[in-house]
Amino acid sequence: MQMQSLAFDVSHTLAGGLVLISLMMLYQDRLYSLLNVFALHALVLSLSVAWQAFIQDAPHLYVTAFIALVFKAIIIPVALHRIVKQLGIHRDIESAVGIGPTMLAGMGLVALSLVLMLRVTSDADPLAREDLAFALSVVLLGLLVMVTRRNAVSQVVGFMSLENGLVLAATGAKGMPLVVEISVAFSILIAFIVIGIFLFRIRERFDSVDVSALDDFRGERR
Amino acid sequence: MSAVALQMVCVAGLLGLAVMAIALSRSQTATAVIYGATLALSAIALTGALRSLLGGSTDATTLTLPVGLPWLGAHFRLDALASFFLIVVNLGGASASLYGLGYGHHDPAPHRVLPFFPAFLAGMNLVVLADDAFSYLLCWEFMSLASWALVMAHHREPGNAKAGYVYLVMASFGTLALLLAFGLLAGPAGDYGFTAIRAAQHAPYSATLVLILMLLGAGSKAGLVPLHVWLPLAHPAAPSHVSALMSGVMTKVAIYGFIRVMFDLLGQPTWPASAVVLFLGSITAVMGILYAMMEKDLKRLLAYSTIENIGIVFVSLGLAMAFQANGMKLAAALAFTAALLHVLNHSFFKSLLFFGAGAVLTATGERDMDKLGGLIHRMPFTSFAVLVGCVAISALPPFNGFVSEWLIFQAVLQSPELTQWALKIMVPAVGAMLALAAALAAACFVKAYGVTFLGRARGPAAKTAGEVDRFSLTAMFILAALCLLAGILPGLAIDALAPVATQIVGSRMPAQASQPWLSIVPIAESRSSYNGLLVMVFIAATASLAVYFIHRFASRALRRGPAWGCGFSDATPAAQYSGVSFAQPIRRVFGTLVFHARDHVTMPPPGDIRPARLRIELHDLVWSGMYAPIADAVGFLSTRLNHLQFLTIRRYLSLVFATLVTLLLVLAIWS
Repeated sequence: MQMQSLAFDVSHTLAGGLVLISLMMLYQDRLYSLLNVFALHALVLSLSVAWQAFIQDAPHLYVTAFIALVFKAIIIPVALHRIVKQLGIHRDIESAVGIGPTMLAGMGLVALSLVLMLRVTSDADPLAREDLAFALSVVLLGLLVMVTRRNAVSQVVGFMSLENGLVLAATGAKGMPLVVEISVAFSILIAFIVIGIFLFRIRERFDSVDVSALDDFRGERR
Repeated sequence: MSAVALQMVCVAGLLGLAVMAIALSRSQTATAVIYGATLALSAIALTGALRSLLGGSTDATTLTLPVGLPWLGAHFRLDALASFFLIVVNLGGASASLYGLGYGHHDPAPHRVLPFFPAFLAGMNLVVLADDAFSYLLCWEFMSLASWALVMAHHREPGNAKAGYVYLVMASFGTLALLLAFGLLAGPAGDYGFTAIRAAQHAPYSATLVLILMLLGAGSKAGLVPLHVWLPLAHPAAPSHVSALMSGVMTKVAIYGFIRVMFDLLGQPTWPASAVVLFLGSITAVMGILYAMMEKDLKRLLAYSTIENIGIVFVSLGLAMAFQANGMKLAAALAFTAALLHVLNHSFFKSLLFFGAGAVLTATGERDMDKLGGLIHRMPFTSFAVLVGCVAISALPPFNGFVSEWLIFQAVLQSPELTQWALKIMVPAVGAMLALAAALAAACFVKAYGVTFLGRARGPAAKTAGEVDRFSLTAMFILAALCLLAGILPGLAIDALAPVATQIVGSRMPAQASQPWLSIVPIAESRSSYNGLLVMVFIAATASLAVYFIHRFASRALRRGPAWGCGFSDATPAAQYSGVSFAQPIRRVFGTLVFHARDHVTMPPPGDIRPARLRIELHDLVWSGMYAPIADAVGFLSTRLNHLQFLTIRRYLSLVFATLVTLLLVLAIWS
């Protein structure tokens, strides 16, 4: 019972931390700081997954945690740092919507996902319930990041954080096979590579990674 | 091998043939090979279906294939009802294949027809065999798409592209209605097997909705007014043997769907439902034949006449529903058997007539009746077969059309025993509409036959036409013989249909085989009976007696003199009675109401030598009142929504995001 309660508390803290860091992402207006927060996000995710591996006694989750740590907390942020430097956009301040409304919307989303998840999963395991509620918040906040940003790099970051939410949901539920997690991780890696190449192509064409350049090119209204 | 397995093997053979046809279609022998093989496969399937219907075994055979939805599989079942419709499908398929052996050689683009023809046959067979909603819808859509491809076979001819478009839209709409109907039938538990649907109890409101959806879904495929608009466009656009299949067989598959759901799956029908079906059926019958009367394109006339016959079948089904709702088992069996018999008969004579129209088209390249004429001298065999078809479809004894329509009227005469006053008043009115439709049909086919085959040739094409090939003639003569056989031996057909009636309405008509002289007695001898054989013998005897007396006693002197030409001794063939002039009295009577018809006469002033002109103005009120507004509304909305195609990426993401959040909110508030 003691152990059960500790397990619950720690995983709750880690998942809650993930939501908190997602909210932190919303008000980062420099790309470097956004990337740093994202690295922190991935680090907390890998901790959370490792803790789930420990309490569920599921060794394969350690692999997932390791993948999250290596790819998402180290390789991808470092690579994005390099991209930002190469593109010379590290001084850009960009966000389509002001910080205040974004934060309010973020809080609303967290409230919504909590209300929803706690209601529809009333007869599930409390650990999984909380986990799912937090995971949905992280997913929605990731979408919010994608919607409120103009820069392609920060949209990529929003997408990756959304995916972190999916991993959180997947590991919170018991019995998710390793294959699923690995395939999710790899698909994200491939998406990252594709988007990275794409970024450079955009840059080559338009001297900017502001996606509005694309819209101008397509001759469309905004 | 069980009966259903045999049918599935035939279907698999047809599908394999479709694939083979893609590879073969450019070669010279492809036409002969493909139609020969479809003929053989249809004949095997026909034999199998006949055996399972006539074999007397009432229990159904089933087969489950591990394809389709993973937890469901694909279920197929062969019961009496399915056997009967398989007979209709495969008899039509076999005769169309035989006809195609000859007709296909004139096809300018056989590679557009050959792969889809076996696929279309396979689709129709599969719809009849399907035993779960998923397979049913899948096969239905497959059948629709294969027939659509056949409609579009000659897509460069004017009007065909529009026909294909309208057909595709209506077919999708019909499938949507069927999808919703099966969704309602499966209920919240979502068991899509027909066995489970049959066992379940259906709430009255869902039964009503299912009726409406089935009338929309199956009715649009069958051609119920006002959902018929695609039919006279699409059926004539296909090659003639495919037109025969679509008109003679595919509409019957739609009727099969209606019977399967309304009688078999839904359980006991209610009387208001039967009133709806009766109303729609009678409107369809009269409207269909009025449209046909106004038509001068031979194949379109036949397509409109199909609408009329579908109306007659639906009236009969409505009667069966009304009797069943009142527990009148015997009357229900009578009406139901009459409906099935008319389905069978219509598949005979409508295929025959479309083959005839195809033969005329091959010989003259012309579908417009007012450019034909006098073909009886050029194409005597075709003319004879078409004459049989015309007599049969006009419901004249001793042919088969008379028997089924007579049985339907016998069922109408049972209406005083119904308990609901609404039905008591309605059914005789519906009977009057049917009588009107039957009379108009006779007029319509007098026009079709007279203008096309009699008189003098109105154009060079009709003047130089020649008889068609032997395969086409054989197919037509087999169908003509079947029309006569079913007309003089209706008792056999009625007895063969007994297992179907027992399965669907729970009782059967009295056995006819024991009646003396091959009579048929629907209820009791004291009320009414009919003997096709005696009628035929009487007609033959009186006609030959008359001929004998005329030749015996009349003057044998042969005198040839100039015909009196009302003062115009050298009238051109164009001055003959034409289809339009033949239809004029009926246009005068019904046209102003139904078509808003107007005649405009432009008379040149005295002294001017220009000819006077008569212009006839007809409006399709269903199209302008129902379809045009819908098309306009869709066009308006799409123009309005068009700018959604040109948003920024971030806007699109925001739309997705907003939708997601809205849906989650809805869930949070209502769950």
